[in-house]
Amino acid sequence: MSDLPVAVTPPAQPLFPLRLTVNGKIVEAEVAPWVTLLDFLREQLHLAGTKKGCDHGQCGACTVLVDGRRVNSCLILAVVKDGAEITTIEGLGSPQSLHPLQQAFVDHDAFQCGYCTPGQICSAAGLIAEGQAKTREEIRELMSGNLCRCGAYTNIADAIEAVIAAGKGV
Amino acid sequence: MNRFEYVRAASVDEALAALRLPGSVLLAGGTNLVDLMKYEVARPARLVDINRLPLSSIEELPEGGLRLGTLVPNADAAYDPRVQQKAPLVASAILAGASAQLRNAATTGGNLLQRTRCPYFYDIHTPCNKREPGSGCSAIGGLTRMHAILGSSEHCIAVHPSDLCVALAALEARVNVMGPGGERTIAFADFHRLPGDRPEIDTTLAAGEIILSVDLPAWKFGDNYSYLKIRDRLSYAFALVSVAVALEMSEGLIVTARLAVGGVAHKPWRSLEAEALLEGRAPEEGAFIAAAMALLEGALGRGDNDFKIELARRAIVRALGQAAAGAPQSQSDKKVRP
Repeated sequence: MSDLPVAVTPPAQPLFPLRLTVNGKIVEAEVAPWVTLLDFLREQLHLAGTKKGCDHGQCGACTVLVDGRRVNSCLILAVVKDGAEITTIEGLGSPQSLHPLQQAFVDHDAFQCGYCTPGQICSAAGLIAEGQAKTREEIRELMSGNLCRCGAYTNIADAIEAVIAAGKGV
Repeated sequence: MNRFEYVRAASVDEALAALRLPGSVLLAGGTNLVDLMKYEVARPARLVDINRLPLSSIEELPEGGLRLGTLVPNADAAYDPRVQQKAPLVASAILAGASAQLRNAATTGGNLLQRTRCPYFYDIHTPCNKREPGSGCSAIGGLTRMHAILGSSEHCIAVHPSDLCVALAALEARVNVMGPGGERTIAFADFHRLPGDRPEIDTTLAAGEIILSVDLPAWKFGDNYSYLKIRDRLSYAFALVSVAVALEMSEGLIVTARLAVGGVAHKPWRSLEAEALLEGRAPEEGAFIAAAMALLEGALGRGDNDFKIELARRAIVRALGQAAAGAPQSQSDKKVRP
């Protein structure tokens, strides 16, 4: 990164083609390079389950899975992920058939207002796929990128612990 | 965010060519750069996306060390069995930083090039010599809890925020870079710089140069290491003070000592005098205190951060004790044990 900020005249910039697989469906679109993956999902694909909390990578509400890995979609330019597979909360389950994590969040009352919940659940799905969390302490540590301002952390950890213990969630 | 041109580099040569154009900035994981662009602290004319370059492998070096490609995500480095075995201090330091999501996206090279998190640097409505040279330093005389106690200048008291870099400094890593003039290697101690009267320049990377990889020397410290990070909340916060220690022990004595401290200066802080005070000594608290005092020689508080001098002294002593005992600090069980 250059150390000096550079003032810029807006260039005449073509839109970039973007091909993604989002929740199992191929999506073809065009994006300006400054559109984040979060804004692309919400504004262009109308997948509003993914939330914009801080928009600066500090709260985790925007967490989605990119090629199976959990990331903050607010800090990723959509154009960079051309060709990737994206899973959002809409792709993890359906009202008729909840994902094990969604069911566990209901069973353990792992939310209050619910705003952080899609990010929490996508993050927990990523955590389980990573396979690094064996203890409750490790679950808490590896979920620290998801803030819950209602303070449902204890129940969130309970829900995730239950899904891991049941060998589900991947 | 400002409007910019976007170039996706298909080769290192393409990236180098695009980087030569005025206003070009490299984009890797983007976890810091995209954030800085949202605050309009960074306003690049052109982003050169290097994510498709083949620089994301971890390789074993002939003399027993490891080479981390510049695009290896931090999480992949931390969980790689070779890194855990041959550079456990590096794995531990990575896991002490950021969040799981950020570690999945952030890269080796990006970690080295991340900017300070000084709140005045981020606030474009306040003077900041690092953001706008010559405008003044708002931190001096302002809120200084997170600021430097060593190596600062009257122009800047910002700290480098990385955890990984503290471990790399202790281990004397080497940074392999390529520029218009070819490849060169920068010793880690020379990679980051002190602010002096040019705080806008963080590193000695020359214009037009790209980091290709970071080399870790062969590991000779067994379990005698620790990365101890002290912060305002137990996870997902920048260090007030962090300590990376690696000790080579033989017959109950310290043969080689490596000690670097983060959160205290514009670069990871090392003191060869402090390390020399430990070498040849038995691992006893008296020796640890003497080393800590030597490392902190000349430390200067700015008010809110005065406590960091004593905190650093204690953290150094504690981390040296953990390393000597072969009991590295866990990054999930946050109890700090003696």
